[in-house]
Amino acid sequence: MAILPYISICEIIIDIAMHEMSIAINIVDIAVDTALKSDAKKINEIVVDIGRLAGIIPESLLFCYDSACKDTIAEGSQLKLNIIQAKAVCDSCGFEFDADSPVPLCPKCDDFVLRVNGGRELKIKSINVD
Amino acid sequence: MCDTCGCGQPDDAVTILKPGEKVEHHHDHPHPHDHNHHHDHDHPHNHTHSREIEVELDVMQKNNLLAERNRGYFEAKNIVALNLVSSPGSGKTTLLERTISQLKDEIAISVIEGDQQTFLDANRIQALNTPVIQVNTGNGCHLDANMINQAVKKLDIADHTLLMIENVGNLVCPALFDLGESRKVVIISVTEGDDKPIKYPTMFDVSDICIINKIDLLPYVDFDVDKCKEYALKVNSNLKFFTLSAKTGEGLNDWTNWLKEQFKRVKEK
Repeated sequence: MAILPYISICEIIIDIAMHEMSIAINIVDIAVDTALKSDAKKINEIVVDIGRLAGIIPESLLFCYDSACKDTIAEGSQLKLNIIQAKAVCDSCGFEFDADSPVPLCPKCDDFVLRVNGGRELKIKSINVD
Repeated sequence: MCDTCGCGQPDDAVTILKPGEKVEHHHDHPHPHDHNHHHDHDHPHNHTHSREIEVELDVMQKNNLLAERNRGYFEAKNIVALNLVSSPGSGKTTLLERTISQLKDEIAISVIEGDQQTFLDANRIQALNTPVIQVNTGNGCHLDANMINQAVKKLDIADHTLLMIENVGNLVCPALFDLGESRKVVIISVTEGDDKPIKYPTMFDVSDICIINKIDLLPYVDFDVDKCKEYALKVNSNLKFFTLSAKTGEGLNDWTNWLKEQFKRVKEK
């Protein structure tokens, strides 16, 4: 029985990584399709725009990426993430800052901020191929 | 191949024309001739040429395109599809059972159950003589448009049906995956804490309806319904609320009346 907590922690980690795994597979699929259409033999790098509020943890995505590339022409390639900030403007005091939540707290007046622009991007920008 | 003359040039496969309009057929026909002269290349070419290819594609495009196909199918068949999302244990299946019991004489209902493992939920729905299919995602933490596409084909849903899709219990991942539903319904129970909408804002942001469930337990927990609504409205000012107890049936009529209204609206279209 003493081993139980350990197992449940492992399950939680797998769960957290799971939707990033789907995203990683999607990224590799799209990149491989694009590369093959251009008669490329190998993918060296995939560049992805990822918004701070896109619901993706960059570290998890990077963690899943290598597995997603396995046995494809992207095996051994690099994933480059351009993190796109979400810009918030406080309604009360007008302070501008980078938001880490869709409803961030203003660091100056501690009020909830409703105007947040951008930060939801999730787009493959380009690939580097041979 | 061109249908008119059989040459190898691609024809314009799709034409959108008014009656009487004609497609103009004009393209060059090449005059073939032999190339008998050779150019020898005796310098080796060993280095590789890396090149950049612009992609500019949404990572979710495959899922989103398939979701739109599902949505079109639902629209054509007058199916109202609801995607029910929540943390595990918020009472989604109990709410489904109560909703089905109350509406099944008036509206045809089908259910897609999403869980990582087991047929427990599907069995509960089947017991109400309601068509149901269970999607077990294994380790997957969400349903996606492809699973719904396959499930719908297998279910063979009749026209004019209310399709309830119970997503995998998870307040994070399902927010990212459009299934082609008409509305997303987020369910929160009063045992969870009234600050959940700002702790997990993405799900409340993408939802259309918010159900606050288990209100029969309000006397025993520190859950402030007004505060929860206030937080949720900060995330998404368009949210519509239902406060109810799927167990006791309190407040359930508002919800089922709303469902009937949605259904009537689709039928009248």
